[in-house]
Amino acid sequence: MSKYSIFSLARNAISHHENWERAWRSPTPKKRYDAIIVGGGGHGLASAYYLAKEHGMRNIAVLEKGWIGGGNTGRNTTIVRSNYLWDEAAQLYEKSMKLWEGLSQDLNYNVMFSQRGVYNLGHTLQDMRDIQRRVNANRLNGVDGEVVYAAELAKRIPHLNCSPDSRYPVLGASFQPRGGTARHDAVAWGFARAADALGVDIIQNCEVTGFVRENGEIKGVETSQGYIQSPKVGVVTAGSSSVLAAMAGLRLPIESHPLQAFVSEPIKPVLDTVVMSNAVHGYISQSDKGDLVVGAGIDSYNGYGQRGSFTTIEHTMTAIMELFPIFRRVRMNRQWGGIVDTCPDACPIISKTDIKGLYFNCGWGTGGFKATPGSGWVFAHTMANDQPHELNAAFALERFISGALIDEHGAAGVAH
Amino acid sequence: MLIIECPYCGQRDESEFSYGGEAHNARPLEPDTVTDQQWADYVFCRANPKGLHREMWNHSAGCRRWFNAVRDTVTYKFKCVYKIGDPQPSLEQIEGPQ
Repeated sequence: MSKYSIFSLARNAISHHENWERAWRSPTPKKRYDAIIVGGGGHGLASAYYLAKEHGMRNIAVLEKGWIGGGNTGRNTTIVRSNYLWDEAAQLYEKSMKLWEGLSQDLNYNVMFSQRGVYNLGHTLQDMRDIQRRVNANRLNGVDGEVVYAAELAKRIPHLNCSPDSRYPVLGASFQPRGGTARHDAVAWGFARAADALGVDIIQNCEVTGFVRENGEIKGVETSQGYIQSPKVGVVTAGSSSVLAAMAGLRLPIESHPLQAFVSEPIKPVLDTVVMSNAVHGYISQSDKGDLVVGAGIDSYNGYGQRGSFTTIEHTMTAIMELFPIFRRVRMNRQWGGIVDTCPDACPIISKTDIKGLYFNCGWGTGGFKATPGSGWVFAHTMANDQPHELNAAFALERFISGALIDEHGAAGVAH
Repeated sequence: MLIIECPYCGQRDESEFSYGGEAHNARPLEPDTVTDQQWADYVFCRANPKGLHREMWNHSAGCRRWFNAVRDTVTYKFKCVYKIGDPQPSLEQIEGPQ
């Protein structure tokens, strides 16, 4: 694979950009792999990449039912931050943030990571107390953060409605300067290209239909392209995790819900940061193309339909107009839904299972995109060593039996 | 907007209802004999099926009563509703001629 650089750009410009080589191969599956990742989203591709890069495994396949990055990776609102309350979560997301900061160079692919800062608004005295507590906890964990009050906020985000007369007045916010956004498609493509360059087979249109086990050990997977042997199988299928778990005879503490997002028509630069509000329930940023990227809460009911309800759309738009009255007449261009796998404590499951060689990385719920590199990094470690890394040891399935939950409902951007 | 049939009030808009999650998840009758694993299964684990799902709904902005429903989690279509305590409709009753 040739390296992307200013020289390759110039060279390809001479041939009118008609001779760029394909970013990854399209191989037919081998009979046997040393490790298989089920699910070709960002987390799955990152897992394969770090298995190859950090753990020297080269005979790896990523099996994707549809096309890579076609699920939640391409459906989220691209926000990246690491300001979680509890030590375990903060350290996991901060690992991810550190990887984001060098990711474009590492992958030799521009993921357009833009550290434009993320504000989490507070609308009540209790919100502000929680924000102060969370910012203090973040700083103790080496995560950047500051508390900003309404007067300062009004200066920094001129169009934000900080009027004391609004229905839910903005009293302040937590601010993580290193937070921001990244181009979500580029994250999938960048990891795919870099993994492919290390020999990983990315196999699209290959649906896993069953797990083959012997004496409590995984032996391989049945797929729509035939049986593939492997002693290690990592399942990274987000909203479909319960379906895959059921194939292996497991029950997970997960429920799948639709989560919607929207983009507006492109407009001139108006918002140079990310604004999220848990209380009125909306979040917004502006993409480099100029469209406003908007998200909100999940639909309350279980769903696998990749679309949500109109009431949720109305609720989201109400919240955004409350925060930014200037956007009242902006038209929404597109709207879609993804299927998020929510966990009772709003934290992921990155875990071994009772079946030797079968691993699950799921339960990221509404906030998985920000964790893409870190999730892959710790999951690769877990699969390669058959032992969790210290960063993800607390995120095992056992926590639902022991009761050692990591309650991140407060720091999760979306209530569920 | 989903139209949901409350067994007490008839058809109403989705926005009048609250979702209550999986139905028929019975609390263990003898809690003292239940292991941590069994508690975890009761408290946290869910079938979360792709397809027909038996679930609870509350007509929270109406009669405020709970009822059960069978709904397809892919099409979101309600197959039937039944009152709490009523026998669960069989698959045949759900999928049979309507």
